[in-house]
Amino acid sequence: MRLLRIVPDDTKFDFMRFRRISFPISALASILAITLYFFHGLNFGIDFKGGLLMEVQTKAGPADLSKMRATLNGLGLGEVQLQQFGAPDDVLIRIGEQPGGDAAQQVAVGKVRTALGNDVDYRRVEVVGPRVSGELLSYGVIGLMLAIFCILIYLWFRFEWQFALGAMIANVHDLVLTIGFMSVTRVDFDLTSIAALLTILGYSLNDTVVIYDRIREMLRRYRKMPMPDLLNASVNQTLSRSVITHVTVSLALLSLLLFGGQAIHSFTATMMFGVVLVGTYTSVFIASPILIYLGVGTGRDSLTAPEAPAKSSGKSPAKPDQKVKT
Amino acid sequence: MLYFTRWKAAAIVLTALIVCLCAVPNFIPAKTVDSWPKWAQRHVVLGLDLQGGSHILLEVDTKTVRKDMLESVRDDVRRVLRDARIGYTGLVVRGNSVEVRVREGANSSQALDKLRTLQQPLGGLLAAAGQNNLDITSDADLIRLTVTEPAITERVRQSVDQSIQIIERRVNELGTVEPLIQREGTDRILVQVPGLQDPTRLKQLLGKTAKLDFRMVDTQMAPEQALQGRTPPDDEVLYSTGGPPKTPYLVEKRVLVSGADLTDAQPGFDQRTNEPIVSFRFNTNGARKFAQVTQENVGKPFAIVLDNEVISAPVIREPILGGSGQISGSFTVQSANDLAILLRAGALPAPLTIIEERTVGPGLGADSIAQGKLSSYVGAAMVIIFMLVTYGLFGIFANIAVAINVAMIFGLLSLLNATLTLPGIAGIVLTVGIAVDSNVLIYERIREEVRGGRTPINAIDAGFSRALATILDSNITTFIAAAVLFYIGTGPVRGFAVTLGIGIITTVFTAFTLTRLIVAYWVWWRRPQRVPI
Repeated sequence: MRLLRIVPDDTKFDFMRFRRISFPISALASILAITLYFFHGLNFGIDFKGGLLMEVQTKAGPADLSKMRATLNGLGLGEVQLQQFGAPDDVLIRIGEQPGGDAAQQVAVGKVRTALGNDVDYRRVEVVGPRVSGELLSYGVIGLMLAIFCILIYLWFRFEWQFALGAMIANVHDLVLTIGFMSVTRVDFDLTSIAALLTILGYSLNDTVVIYDRIREMLRRYRKMPMPDLLNASVNQTLSRSVITHVTVSLALLSLLLFGGQAIHSFTATMMFGVVLVGTYTSVFIASPILIYLGVGTGRDSLTAPEAPAKSSGKSPAKPDQKVKT
Repeated sequence: MLYFTRWKAAAIVLTALIVCLCAVPNFIPAKTVDSWPKWAQRHVVLGLDLQGGSHILLEVDTKTVRKDMLESVRDDVRRVLRDARIGYTGLVVRGNSVEVRVREGANSSQALDKLRTLQQPLGGLLAAAGQNNLDITSDADLIRLTVTEPAITERVRQSVDQSIQIIERRVNELGTVEPLIQREGTDRILVQVPGLQDPTRLKQLLGKTAKLDFRMVDTQMAPEQALQGRTPPDDEVLYSTGGPPKTPYLVEKRVLVSGADLTDAQPGFDQRTNEPIVSFRFNTNGARKFAQVTQENVGKPFAIVLDNEVISAPVIREPILGGSGQISGSFTVQSANDLAILLRAGALPAPLTIIEERTVGPGLGADSIAQGKLSSYVGAAMVIIFMLVTYGLFGIFANIAVAINVAMIFGLLSLLNATLTLPGIAGIVLTVGIAVDSNVLIYERIREEVRGGRTPINAIDAGFSRALATILDSNITTFIAAAVLFYIGTGPVRGFAVTLGIGIITTVFTAFTLTRLIVAYWVWWRRPQRVPI
């Protein structure tokens, strides 16, 4: 039985060459993402902003959004957002945080219920007061930083510091791009988004660690191979595994995206972007070449080759004790 | 790597089997499971987003607790100084302390001694640390008693415990499925009621402190007069419940009988007017006090005060010696019933504020379960097919390992009585994708070794040994992320962290043991000449 081979054996693709392109692109994308965050902002959900969220289903046919909007705007509750949510009779109502502390939020809920009356079924009601929203936000941010920190320590423990730093830069870059994605697409940024970000962090590192493991093995075995060649070889050898794993995870996420329903839609979309698109790209084109810049592989024996010319062939003149420059 | 002693193999299979069996109670109808012994009944709990229900987070009003404590200290100071016949002036609550000045000529050090009797060590651990409930300082003739922070924290903690009991009684009256009521942090209470769709009534029941007092109405001055002029120091103006318009009453501050002495309260109907009323009964203590009050004050009105509002102010027509009576005054059947519930359950020691509420209707819950199931099946199917196509026979081995992996996840979740939420189901689907990764790492390594020229058995052996270290490393990073998420997350997000974390543990376990075992047996049985991947 002939088995599926997505990646042929013994590929010898020169990945490291692209670092002159990939680094600037990534830097640019990161700056873009950060700018988007500050100017376009994230679509904070009520978990972090406080307020009311109601998912209602009209009992008699498709919802008349403009009529509902008019009714709710008349209640004097400030900013009211309505949008269709999946089916035509499903409406998502978002109302900003009411001044007056936690009790005021409850009053607002009562008003909305009275105003909408018996015309709707309440599928979901969420009310978050100012105290809890503040806490969730700080917990979320602290959580992200804590995770980054713990993983950094762990990697430092298992690999040399350059690997830890390289992995961290690559993966924080992942997070930054994902946040940019979330800003552009205006997906809800709530607690499940933090879950998505943390999972992307963990999974993307998963990927990076596999490549680093191979690099470490190669470093021990081939003491004379110049860094770009060694890194290329490592990536090429793990390419088959990477592609297959990315395909399986994508299949799983695709299933969630298509059939998982509206409730976790923003969560799975974010995961898809972070894990599949960005994670793959960074492990190969950022996390590996960055080791060159961090000086990994220098000082191995006395033969550290300088940067080989762009058409890397494996054999290059050796100059002793010369730090690899690019 | 491929050698397993019989014991080891048996242990692995047994462990996997037992953990998988733990998942069984989830798939059998509840009635059958209930007949099993307690230890076999552990199953996964469906989160509120799958079951439907209400999640309400309440916070104890610490300010009120502080105020009540200070007023209580002030009353104690008044009592102590009066009993000792020490003249004082300027007894007032200021900030966190009660201040009092000893009059000229009175014995200041004696006053200090008497007041020190109010100082008591706090219970438990705090007593060991030498903490008291009050700090007493004196400055010439000014004595200041400050309530210590540990005392307030302790009182808040007690309030939470008491409140939980009272909430339990109130919620049970709603006749719902077993609610979850537990403390969260130092001053918060979590109430989760599965199956409850409209929490409005629940919130009404939780929002009322339900402090009932019986006090005399001051007939010597009209309330309007008191509002315009000065209210006498022993009285206060309270307004009626309901309205508008709200009628003012001038009521004595002194509480004659309190709701704490009630033994029962029932809704009913007035025999003459057929209006809804609440009838109540006092315990012996309360009955005695009530009898005394009604005897001494025939013909005068007395106020029934609920949470500082006057429900009604009937005139005492005759002494009530039996210790029972009724409260009437613009009740509906529902509100009479609710008040009876509140009185029976008892008054909350401090007001509770709702700081977070999440309710999911059953429609959404059922939809979520359906979507969760569908996406899981489709995702699993796609992955299984892909593995078959890519790795053939070894793909079958990987699929078996992943299937057992998922069963073990459910087993562990059941053992822990963990909560399964919609993101949790997403976590399981994701774990399937990640679990496959472990097998892929092993297989790709084996293929490399074969290409490198090793014999089949050596290649398989080398593949396992080289890959396992990488599997451990890579999964630990995801585990750290899951652990952090568990710590900072709540509700559905925490459910995701739990399934992801457990999924990683089972993945590493199955990769290290089950996959190896299956391949080892295949090698032993088939003695292959080449590795078919």
